[in-house]
Amino acid sequence: MDFNFSEEQSMLRDTIASYLQDKYDFETRRKIVSSESGWRADYWKAFAEELGILGAPFSEELGGLGGGALDNMIVMEEFGKALVIEPYLGTVVIGGGFLKHSGHASAADHIASIVAGEMVVAFAYAEPQGRYTWSDLKTTATKDGSGWVLNGHKAVVVGAPFASHLIVTARTGGSQREASGVSVFLVDKHAKGVTTRDYPTVDGGRASEVYFENVSIPADALIGAEGAGLPLVEKVLDEATAAVCAEGVGVMRKLHEGTLDYAKQRKQFGTAISNFQVLQHRMVDMFIELEQSVSMTYMATLKLDESDAERAKAVSSAKVRIGRALKFCGQNAIQIHGGMGMTDELAIGHYFKRGTIIEGLFGSVDHHLTRYERLSFGKAA
Amino acid sequence: MNLDFSPEDLAFREEVRAFIAENYPASLRAVQEEGEEMAKEDFLSWHRILAKKGWVAPAWPTEYGGPGWSSVQRYIWSEELARADAVPILPFGINMVGPVIYTFATPEQKARFLPPTLSGDIWWAQGYSEPGAGSDLASLKTKAERFTGDDGKEYYLVNGQKTWTTLAQHGDWIFCLVRTDPTAKIQEGISFLLIDMKSPGVTVRPIITLGGEHEVNEVWFENVKVPVENRIYEENKGWTCAKFLLAHERSGIAGVARSKRGIERIRQIAAEELADDGNPLIQDPLFRRKIAELEIDLTALEFTELRTLASEHAGKGPGPESSVLKIKGTEIQQRITELVLEASGNYGAPYFRGFPKEGGNALPIGPDHARRAAPTYFNVRKTSIYGGSNEIQRNIIAKMVLGL
Repeated sequence: MDFNFSEEQSMLRDTIASYLQDKYDFETRRKIVSSESGWRADYWKAFAEELGILGAPFSEELGGLGGGALDNMIVMEEFGKALVIEPYLGTVVIGGGFLKHSGHASAADHIASIVAGEMVVAFAYAEPQGRYTWSDLKTTATKDGSGWVLNGHKAVVVGAPFASHLIVTARTGGSQREASGVSVFLVDKHAKGVTTRDYPTVDGGRASEVYFENVSIPADALIGAEGAGLPLVEKVLDEATAAVCAEGVGVMRKLHEGTLDYAKQRKQFGTAISNFQVLQHRMVDMFIELEQSVSMTYMATLKLDESDAERAKAVSSAKVRIGRALKFCGQNAIQIHGGMGMTDELAIGHYFKRGTIIEGLFGSVDHHLTRYERLSFGKAA
Repeated sequence: MNLDFSPEDLAFREEVRAFIAENYPASLRAVQEEGEEMAKEDFLSWHRILAKKGWVAPAWPTEYGGPGWSSVQRYIWSEELARADAVPILPFGINMVGPVIYTFATPEQKARFLPPTLSGDIWWAQGYSEPGAGSDLASLKTKAERFTGDDGKEYYLVNGQKTWTTLAQHGDWIFCLVRTDPTAKIQEGISFLLIDMKSPGVTVRPIITLGGEHEVNEVWFENVKVPVENRIYEENKGWTCAKFLLAHERSGIAGVARSKRGIERIRQIAAEELADDGNPLIQDPLFRRKIAELEIDLTALEFTELRTLASEHAGKGPGPESSVLKIKGTEIQQRITELVLEASGNYGAPYFRGFPKEGGNALPIGPDHARRAAPTYFNVRKTSIYGGSNEIQRNIIAKMVLGL
């Protein structure tokens, strides 16, 4: 039983934190968000070349730094603190996760190009009708010679405007919501027949609706086993969910810290509002939510390699707690900031917005509570 | 960072589990199942068995009779006790006054009081709260005035009243906060005094609480003569001992292991009770959602406690963060009792305490789990009030952690 970080892990955190402090202050981020591309490709290059963090969770044989899920947790928490837009989650955690677990023949080469900052991945899993049911797929991949032909519409593909590649879930068999018949493909975003409608998201990111119209993809685009991809999707999305829990912890730290600072300097009735017990207790409750979220993030991250059921229970319970905590901390941060909390000018509202999106990302509180319940009790009557 | 127990810790778990299975008194188990109030001897039987084994005071330093366990081992121990539904060891001697004595007392005082505290020969009561001093503990008024006795020795003359004194009806000694300097600032005129409850002038009166139990008492002091050598630490420095004790009291107060056991019980009860639709309550979506939420919150508490333990292990000691454990731990304990009562349905209403015994041949009324459901729910409201109310814990976090 040990909750300490190794020296390498602490170094990783320090490296990222000091880089972001230098280069990713709130005003810089504001410019990135409102720029045409919506991200900084040069920062991505720097993450790869200067900091080397895009290899954080990969083994040394794959060209990585020899870390794992804990390293993702560290990166994501720091990214959460700075509200980083750049797609570590989609590329390294999800793209890297699929490749690492799939046993794909070219996995090592693809991971090498992720680590080098060349391959940028977005995960196209959701569909307009599917909500949080990952097997609810109308997108199809039909055999065509040795390869496949893709058709379908993917919804709110976060980071797709920045991506060179998409990981796409599609039906190679079975009916629309069935567990079997789901396959996973790695697709060049610039392949013929792929079109996107790009748009900003409320939290400062970018996403796309992605349409596949008779897109021909080669046989080796298939990641994992044909028709049996759902367990792999579940595993990678659990890893991604643990990672956004860590990002949520970073966001919450800033919500809490920012609120304390504000309450200490804001004067009303002749005194700092931090002297009012009603607000003190609210800020204590935010602190309690934060501490429990840290605990749950550690717990979930450390259980990612357990059996499918244990992993899923751990991750869903963490997402429930963190979803609730983000809502509580975000709403109260705004409330305690008063009118200033409503302004676009202050950073606090932007943390609230990102927190709100994390709350629903990869499944809402209710989704994960239901999933936890099913795993813990069996099916309801 | 990892969640694995070491092979030594796993072996330790086996050892303590086997010991509890072999040595927990069957007579005590029977009293617990009856659900009646426990007699003094019931509490003491298990205490004495553990004292003999050297395990009654897991957190004490070995030089004073502790077993020398690591914080992880102590955690395992508490899990195993809960798993076996063992009666908790009363905290007043082992967790409260004991650590104050070995930290602040003279060698003579340690030699006099620590061994009988360990063995169970002294039953300690806690004399902190007063009718006018609850959350504002430092405003206590019980007076201790110094005088020289006819024998030429120094004494305190104690007058005043303590209240909410748990199980003082069995008490041999009481440790009290008393005012020794009425002119000083309120926290600076307090001393920590040990008083023999057999002294003339000490009166214990019962307070009956919502569950019908006689658990707490008033303790009155009328011209009680207490030798000065019964004072722990310096005169007027008792507040230091008081704060130390409260921080110690909070560690372990989360009660994670017992709450886990409590949730297991709810699952059993909900499997036996029926929902409105005639199916087992455990299949009712609303009820099982409440259990699921409780389990998730308990997991969050458990890992927060483990993190706290790990930093204690690294030598940082229990800090004000332990207030988080107190708040969340007691909330969860209360939610468990709420769900047991809710699950019990109509049979939550009958009340049996003190009801004439049926002579052993009458049929019981309602299911066993329902019998104590409401009294326990009422009783456990105390947890967010005692040990520094949960509002006071928030004040502590606000001041000590958030710097407000």
